[in-house]
Amino acid sequence: MTPHLSITDQAIDVAAVLATVQTEAAGAVNAFIGTVRNQSGGRPVRRLHYESYDSMALTQLGHVVAQAYEKWPMLQQVAVVHRKGTLNLSDVAVVVAVATPHRAESFAACQFIIDTLKQVVTIWKHEEYEDGTEWVAAHP
Amino acid sequence: MSLKIALYGITRDIVGTALIELPAPAPATVGALLEELRRQYPALGQLRSCAVAVNNEYAANDQALHTVDEIALIPPVAGG
Repeated sequence: MTPHLSITDQAIDVAAVLATVQTEAAGAVNAFIGTVRNQSGGRPVRRLHYESYDSMALTQLGHVVAQAYEKWPMLQQVAVVHRKGTLNLSDVAVVVAVATPHRAESFAACQFIIDTLKQVVTIWKHEEYEDGTEWVAAHP
Repeated sequence: MSLKIALYGITRDIVGTALIELPAPAPATVGALLEELRRQYPALGQLRSCAVAVNNEYAANDQALHTVDEIALIPPVAGG
């Protein structure tokens, strides 16, 4: 099954992403939806900007999804859509959706994909606060 | 051999440009490149991590670099 992977500067249509993974062979669809939170480490966030190295991000995302297919061979469909550019509070930043025959594997595979994405996919978050800006996680 | 290195996120802010061109003789390996860039831009050494990507893959320090490679500095990622 070819996963649907994309990095977009347009608002993410969550229902459309879910529709790409739905199949008659799967009894479970599990989705993680990451949204922009109003604070970061206690500092109020006004908005943020995601920068992406697209070609590498998609390559690494492909590796993450391939690992998921190895760990859960029953995985039917996978979609990952990540936003880039400027986002406001509550905007959808990322959607991971998986379809499996039964629910247990759908939770596990979805969590694995979002957790691993955060470690390896080349996307950077620049947060804007009332009193300045910061590249998230850049410094110890 | 010369090299072009793309910069993203905080590394672009530190260096002040999105692309560095290192004329010949440029560093021959990933490790040597990191050492050279940290010497020129000490703030790179203060990051939580700074990896090098070659042709869209994370590269080990002993990997050789070539003029035709697509090379990028990868500061700590924060997607999701």
